Amino acid sequence: MDAILVEELTKKFRSGWPWLPPVTALAGLSLSVHKGEIYGFLGPNGAGKTTTLKILLSLMRATSGKVEMLGKPAGDLKVRRRIGFLPESPYFYDYLTADEFLAFYGHLDGLERAELGRRIDHLLEVVGLSEARTRQLRKFSKGMLQRVGLAQALIHDPELVILDEPMSGLDPLGRKHVRDLILGLRDQGKTVFFSTHIIPDVEMICDRVGIIVKGKLLASGRVDELVSNGHTQSVEIVCEGINADEVPSITALATRVLQRGRHCLVALPGPDQLDEVLAMIRARGGRLVSVTPQKGSLEELFFKQDDMTVGMRSDTKV
Amino acid sequence: MRQVVVIALNTFRENLRDKILYNLLFFALLLIGFSVLLADLTIMEHQKIVTDMGLAAINLVGVIIAIFVGIGLVSKEIERRTVYTIMARPISRTQFILGKYLGLMFTLLVNVLIMLAVYLATLAVYRAPVHWALLQAIELIFVELLLVTALALFFSTFSTSTLSAIMTLGFYVIGHLTTDLKGIAQKNHSEAVQAVMTGLYYLCPNLEMLNMKGQAAMGTSVALSYQAWASAYGLLYAALLISAACAVFQRRDF
Repeated sequence: MDAILVEELTKKFRSGWPWLPPVTALAGLSLSVHKGEIYGFLGPNGAGKTTTLKILLSLMRATSGKVEMLGKPAGDLKVRRRIGFLPESPYFYDYLTADEFLAFYGHLDGLERAELGRRIDHLLEVVGLSEARTRQLRKFSKGMLQRVGLAQALIHDPELVILDEPMSGLDPLGRKHVRDLILGLRDQGKTVFFSTHIIPDVEMICDRVGIIVKGKLLASGRVDELVSNGHTQSVEIVCEGINADEVPSITALATRVLQRGRHCLVALPGPDQLDEVLAMIRARGGRLVSVTPQKGSLEELFFKQDDMTVGMRSDTKV
Repeated sequence: MRQVVVIALNTFRENLRDKILYNLLFFALLLIGFSVLLADLTIMEHQKIVTDMGLAAINLVGVIIAIFVGIGLVSKEIERRTVYTIMARPISRTQFILGKYLGLMFTLLVNVLIMLAVYLATLAVYRAPVHWALLQAIELIFVELLLVTALALFFSTFSTSTLSAIMTLGFYVIGHLTTDLKGIAQKNHSEAVQAVMTGLYYLCPNLEMLNMKGQAAMGTSVALSYQAWASAYGLLYAALLISAACAVFQRRDF
């Protein structure tokens, strides 16, 4: 059983005027998130990430399609007891202290007093806010709000945690903290589904990733599979004793040639030309320093997918 | 039920920590105090002025709280996006609406009781008699506040805070003029005017039915059957509005 199953999900928003066509936010989106994995939902701003999350959590109704969470329909109240959610740029009841805030959500989730007390102590410790537990949230910084928001998402020890842009607006230290926390959740056997437009976050911690652009899932799978599929790995040669810029047969094969003092860097589009170029370097009296195959990055793939939809965009009337 | 109570208690706590509420309460106490000053400046009917103004102050401040806190009950949750994390919990939208309403109802009750205590103290200082009619009037004021809160809550489920305030205020004013609307409909020859006035008469709550302040100031009580009937009318109207608010909120996208 998948933790999240989405099939042919469509969401159309009515435009303000009856004579204008509806705006399509999701166009037949399908994806599945396996139990116990970290799934990164990657897409540019306005791609439909938050809309998908809102439909998953029944904050919004889908125009059509099927959504299941932990084997139950998305609107099922009982299943929500097993799900934790942190919205993007969360706004909380700022008149509450961190303690009161977590107690409020714990009570809503049906936790008993003793267990709730233990959970609050533990989570404030985990997110590093034990010292600030009696402070009102209006006096919290953005990073602290994000951390206390994470604590509320975890207060009832959910099986599935859904996070909308959990690292946005955080400083590098805060982002590392959130990353560690997400990895810790996976270690506990929990499923984490999070949306982001920050690629390095996905590359670093996700087991699988889905790329959504213009309401469609354009790619989904393991990060290493996605970046190697259909992408020729480039190769970088560093050599010395030769000025490759002055060798037309090398510049013709290379994508880039850079001279840095004694060293010369030759970038090749793929490994096919490697032997030929190495032979030319040796023939000219050059000495090989290093050969480094360059792995494709998720960023390249992301931009490629985004480019593919440019045509789609111009066809879509909004 | 537990979820409803959790939301209600949080709403009550939110109201308690809102400085505006204290300002309004202070304003009410000031008005009650002012009635004593005004009574001293007049030649006759000192006790009636104190009694009358005190009731009016309780009603006025109660209505201001009901409208201006009521319109923010749901719309503020949506505008500030606090509703996202609540609705992701095991709580239905109906439970949320009921919890918010009960929270404000409790706030109003506490406020009315504080104002009543000060009012009774003022009457005692001024040696004005405390009639049963006064308590009847205050009970009906409270029912009116519950109805106005339900109106504000209903409008705030589908419109902005400003629009909700305007519409609630409009219904409140028309609600006190419904008898006149019926009179206009009967006397006017235009069928269109008759239809509009009759429609408004039946659509708007008859708030004058809950207004016993005049009689109470004179020390004239109303029959218990009338009080029960008027209270039931107000509460039923409020219940219908809350049901409509739940139905609208159920269909909302956030």
